[in-house]
Amino acid sequence: MLASRAGLIWLAPATAIAVLAGPVLAGLAGTVLPAFGYFPSLGGRALSLDPFAALLAWPGLPASVWLSLGPGLLATVLSLGFAVLICAGWQGTAVFRAIERALSPVLSVPHAAAAFGLAFLIAPSGWIARALAPLAGWQVPPDVLILHDPWGLSLVAGLVAKEVPFLVLMMLAALPQARPEQSRKVAQALGYGRAAGWLKTVFPRVYPQIRLPVYAVLAYSMSAVDVAMILGPTTPPPLSVQVLAWMHDPDLALRFQAAAGAVLQLALVLVALALWRGAEALVATLGRRWAEGGARRAAEGAVRAGGIAAAGLTGGAALLGLAALALWSAAGVWRFPALWPETLGPAAWMRHGPELAQPLRDTALIGLGAVALALVLALWCLEAEQRGLRPPGRTLSLIYLPLIVPQVAFLTGLQALAIGSGLDGGPGAVLVVHLVFVLPYVMLSLGDPYRAWDRRFGIAAAALGASPTRIFWRVRLPMLLRPVLTAAAVGFAVSVGQYLPTLLIGAGRVQTVTTEAVALASGGDRRVIGVYGIVQTAAALVPFALAIVLPAVLWRNRRGLRHG
Amino acid sequence: MADRQTGLWLDGLTISHDGGLDLAIDAHVAPGAVLTVMGPSGAGKSTLLAAITGTLARGFAQTGRVVLDGRDLTGLPPEARHIGILFQDELLFPHLSVGGNLAFGLPASVRGRAARRARVGAALQEIGLAGFEDRDPATLSGGQRARVALMRMLLSDPCALLLDEAFSKLDTGLRAQMREMVFGFARDRGLPVVMVTHDPGDAEAAGGAMITLD
Repeated sequence: MLASRAGLIWLAPATAIAVLAGPVLAGLAGTVLPAFGYFPSLGGRALSLDPFAALLAWPGLPASVWLSLGPGLLATVLSLGFAVLICAGWQGTAVFRAIERALSPVLSVPHAAAAFGLAFLIAPSGWIARALAPLAGWQVPPDVLILHDPWGLSLVAGLVAKEVPFLVLMMLAALPQARPEQSRKVAQALGYGRAAGWLKTVFPRVYPQIRLPVYAVLAYSMSAVDVAMILGPTTPPPLSVQVLAWMHDPDLALRFQAAAGAVLQLALVLVALALWRGAEALVATLGRRWAEGGARRAAEGAVRAGGIAAAGLTGGAALLGLAALALWSAAGVWRFPALWPETLGPAAWMRHGPELAQPLRDTALIGLGAVALALVLALWCLEAEQRGLRPPGRTLSLIYLPLIVPQVAFLTGLQALAIGSGLDGGPGAVLVVHLVFVLPYVMLSLGDPYRAWDRRFGIAAAALGASPTRIFWRVRLPMLLRPVLTAAAVGFAVSVGQYLPTLLIGAGRVQTVTTEAVALASGGDRRVIGVYGIVQTAAALVPFALAIVLPAVLWRNRRGLRHG
Repeated sequence: MADRQTGLWLDGLTISHDGGLDLAIDAHVAPGAVLTVMGPSGAGKSTLLAAITGTLARGFAQTGRVVLDGRDLTGLPPEARHIGILFQDELLFPHLSVGGNLAFGLPASVRGRAARRARVGAALQEIGLAGFEDRDPATLSGGQRARVALMRMLLSDPCALLLDEAFSKLDTGLRAQMREMVFGFARDRGLPVVMVTHDPGDAEAAGGAMITLD
């Protein structure tokens, strides 16, 4: 009886793990082997250390390594710090609820679009410099290197702007379990300030829950390619960007060196994770001492001000950046110190609109396909879990695997495998690789609402004679329509934003709005970049709008679901 | 001694959790009779109902049998047991209309759109809500929702009825009315009833046997 009732649902977790871990592990193997000289189709038939020797002989290596470690660690510390300031200073207030509502749209802006927007703000000829020009008396853009600065500070800014909202969202998901209201009341009754109370009682319980997301931020910040190409140093660039350059070099022998570099990138991330882990222990010890020391206040005013500043800076950077993109896309003549273009017009849109049709179509097809598969897999897994077939827990942490292993470390190998098997270069292969990144976010987004659904509705339906399948389709899914659509929108935004997977697995033949946008970065034509940045953002945002509008229309006569 | 081939028979039922015994019960509820189960929170009242409906959470182990009208339910999935349950929340499906909720309870063996609509309409009339088919359940009053939940369950043709603090959210006047209605339906249809409650008034109104868990 049980077996027939369970049926195929047993396979759900195994399938999801295969989809997530399979490409990552296969890709890693495909990277490690060439790194040690084995790549038969390029004539490498014996294991050797030559690729690493070549890598070490590259004069740019030390700087390149540093540009992965330094900005990566700095961006992670700042992102976590800002996210903590926002939560510690404001959690449980009206301001925080406003921040909460702004999160999803800000998060959905693709990394590349956010980076372009930021570039349009902070460049020497950007909006900030234009605003300061009358005060500083600048008639021409100041001669300072801001974008692509050799320390990678612009890169750090671009990463922080995107990772703060992500970490705040992850904290939001973890918060209910830590019962923050209760803790705050107790702490405040004992005379602790809001921030001190939060940092001493809530944060220690929240951090273990967001540990994996933090690791994902660290790994991403150290190895992101698109943001680094737009904002990062160039001579030499961070290691991941250099690996990509070697991958695309006409000299195929450099593929070995690229593989060695990708392995080094993986090692760097592992070292940084170990360092971070050690720092966690240190901070925990110091934090316990601090918590037990009894100090009632934690620079309350500064924390609250810092929190609002962090929220304002990251949110403002995203919004103003998008505004700058939009304005540039429609700008005619726009001379330097002017804050507003002299003329506005659709010229750039007319010129580049037609060439956008093809990338937009592929973006939509790949995104929709990946989201559909991810939804099926995620719902299948969650339903299996709900029917008590497998406890959540360890298997759940596997969904972070593709987010923690640096993309460049396994995608280069996966590309080699795809070429070897003739699967590269098609939208289908790109779709499958997108699924690896879309599925974790769909799972993360859908998991909590799915588990929070009142199970008594299921019991009531079963008592009315409804089978588990009927309950799923007729009761649970319709009631969870809003979170399901939101998860789909999140997944679609993730797919839209993918640069490296599209580029490598698509072998340059699959063009999405994101690969096209990043390719334009070097050209430096602001109007074109504006057009592509806005299109990219719109592609990610439209599904969010649908996720809000659709349930509101479908359930317009159902008050019980309006805030569900 | 009542005939155990009819009614609900909890035959030497024990439930343990993590090796510790949660509850042990041996009882028979005749058709139309009410067994009241009282006891403090955590005494296992909800666990007992979960065992009867077949929705025990993982980690619970059950021995003994649940027998309904001579049919051993042990091991059957919840939807095959024909046991109706009412909770203190009505749990009307928020995405379906009032009529949709009732139709959800109506077995598929009632065929044809018109026949189903007619049954739903008649059921609404029976609980004094004629013409409420297309209403959003969220717009009903507490008493109306309770009646819809009761009728939804009765339409599914249950062979036994469980009440999980079903009256505890209603105010006093409404509570007496609902009790009368539920027990009346149960008597008319010869349904054995197991009622879990905190309220001695419920037990008094039911007038049947009583067990106290501790």
